[in-house]
Amino acid sequence: MSMDVTETLDVKGQNCPMPVIKTKGAFESLAAGETLEVVATDSGSMSDIAGWAESTEGAELVEQQETTDNGDDVYKHYVTKTD
Amino acid sequence: MSTETPAGPEGGLSADQAAELLDRIEDLESELAELRSEVDDSSNKMVIIATKGTLDMAYPPLILASTAAAFGYEVTVFHTFWGLEILHETNSKALKLSAVGNPNMPVPNVVAALPGMDRMTTRMMRNKIADNDVASIEELIEVSLESGVDLQACQMTIDLLGYDEADFYDGVTTGVGAASAFQEMQDADIQLLI
Repeated sequence: MSMDVTETLDVKGQNCPMPVIKTKGAFESLAAGETLEVVATDSGSMSDIAGWAESTEGAELVEQQETTDNGDDVYKHYVTKTD
Repeated sequence: MSTETPAGPEGGLSADQAAELLDRIEDLESELAELRSEVDDSSNKMVIIATKGTLDMAYPPLILASTAAAFGYEVTVFHTFWGLEILHETNSKALKLSAVGNPNMPVPNVVAALPGMDRMTTRMMRNKIADNDVASIEELIEVSLESGVDLQACQMTIDLLGYDEADFYDGVTTGVGAASAFQEMQDADIQLLI
């Protein structure tokens, strides 16, 4: 699936709570309508980023993907700023 | 009957009574608006009292604090007693884990009490932390401060343990006591003692 990504945040190799904290930081610099891609290796980021987006005004979790990269599990999150 | 007091339509209220009621409605409306704005303005707030200074117990307050900040919470962590070690720039890098009285550790208490065992269990834990990509205490303090978390060091405990304000990380609030912590807890939605 192709996604119009404005910015990519790489938090591979970082564990809880870093993916959420860095996502929040990168999300703040987005303009309305822009989408942030977050690439993580922390499996907990699936529920953590979903929970963060649900509680954060203006953040919409568009999609989450579980993929593998050189045998490592990689979790991708797409968050759009709605206003 | 008498027509001295002009009655309202349907003969209900006098003009005075109606005016009084209108005033009363106006008062209630402004009171309601005031209450509404108070409710809307109350931003979310969390206060954590951090009392422990072992390597394992240094993590929960900092992880929760930085996460709550990412959720838009205003966060204060009040460090008291051994919790102060977390904010002490030198000591925070050498926090230890004790195997004594900790049934989750793989050694029995009689062995755990031997000299050098704390050093060994601490090293084990540090290796696990590094292997699992878990942030260091120093990193968590840094991101907490960057996200606007107010890390406070209890003044009474600073004096008690003979520390100096300069011993703490830059950005740590000193000169605070139980009353200011309590005042913050009064306004908070979440209060935790860790």
